[in-house]
Amino acid sequence: MGIEFDNNQPIYLQIMNYIKGEIITGKLKPGDKIPSVRELAAELQINPNTVQRTFQELERETIVETRRGMGRYVTGSEETILTVKKEMAQDVLDRFIRGMQELGFQGEDILTAVAENIHQRNQEQGE
Amino acid sequence: MDDILDIQNVSKQFGPRQALNQVSFKLGSGTITGLLGSNGSGKSTLMKLIAGLAWPGSGRISILGVPVGVESKKLVSFMPDVPVTESWMNIGDALRFQQDFYPDFDQAKALRMLDFMKLRTADKVRTLSKGMNERLQLTLALSRRARLYLLDEPIGGVDPVARTKILNALMEFYEEDSSILLSTHLVTDIERIFDEVIFLKDGEIVLHRPVEELRQEHGKSVDELFREVFAEC
Repeated sequence: MGIEFDNNQPIYLQIMNYIKGEIITGKLKPGDKIPSVRELAAELQINPNTVQRTFQELERETIVETRRGMGRYVTGSEETILTVKKEMAQDVLDRFIRGMQELGFQGEDILTAVAENIHQRNQEQGE
Repeated sequence: MDDILDIQNVSKQFGPRQALNQVSFKLGSGTITGLLGSNGSGKSTLMKLIAGLAWPGSGRISILGVPVGVESKKLVSFMPDVPVTESWMNIGDALRFQQDFYPDFDQAKALRMLDFMKLRTADKVRTLSKGMNERLQLTLALSRRARLYLLDEPIGGVDPVARTKILNALMEFYEEDSSILLSTHLVTDIERIFDEVIFLKDGEIVLHRPVEELRQEHGKSVDELFREVFAEC
């Protein structure tokens, strides 16, 4: 795994988002086994308790399941994965809209700007 | 969590100089704690007191409830900031010496670690580079089946590649029911392996916190906070 860590933010959140990203983009598939705490800690040079906390949070959100004595697996539920995808999309949207508002764009203006941008991209692709 | 280490009101004076002043803290089992401070802040002195190589002027130190002394030394493995090996030794000799001194020395683990570190038993200690020597010292310390490992500046003065190798070895060979107290003044490369950090300044503890809490609260790295606290040094 390749994560560029930002030491200014909690590490467990960064690993969580990384694993969620891997699941959403299909690099980790439903039912795939995920590395053990030990393996991931050694690979990322991260404190094992931090990795443990990451997995606990992912379990709490039912994105990862523990099978007794066998390890941890990505959830088999497409529905859960879809929910995670929506949540992550929501975060991206929130950041985008906040940024636009800081630039002085409001409601309809933002919609227009987005529509224009997408229209332009489609045309460029069509050419 | 069981406390592995319990330090209460420890002070130590060298002549007129107060090296440690009313230091108190506890370390839980299965934790890695960074002891951070600039040169001369008292890190090595504190390590030596915990290892039982020097005595505090006042205060108490115990390891798993055992006061520091002959008995506590069985529980503590110390990697000092100066090599414990002699220059005439080869690495095999160093391992045999360690085994003679410490009944809990795990020869099989030591050989696995040497292999990981790319060291050979026939290598002469005298001919090792600084980075290679640090790897050997760490191998000797971590190959004991202790409950508390005291690592004094294990990445001091080695280049970034050697540093990465040493960190990898730490994560690979660390026993999860033991605890590590690791002193350093190089924070940025190593802060992600800590559960907690202790800032030691002029012999006093100015901060002792879980690192993830610090990041959450301040939106800053431990390294950045360290630089702020020690700015005037």
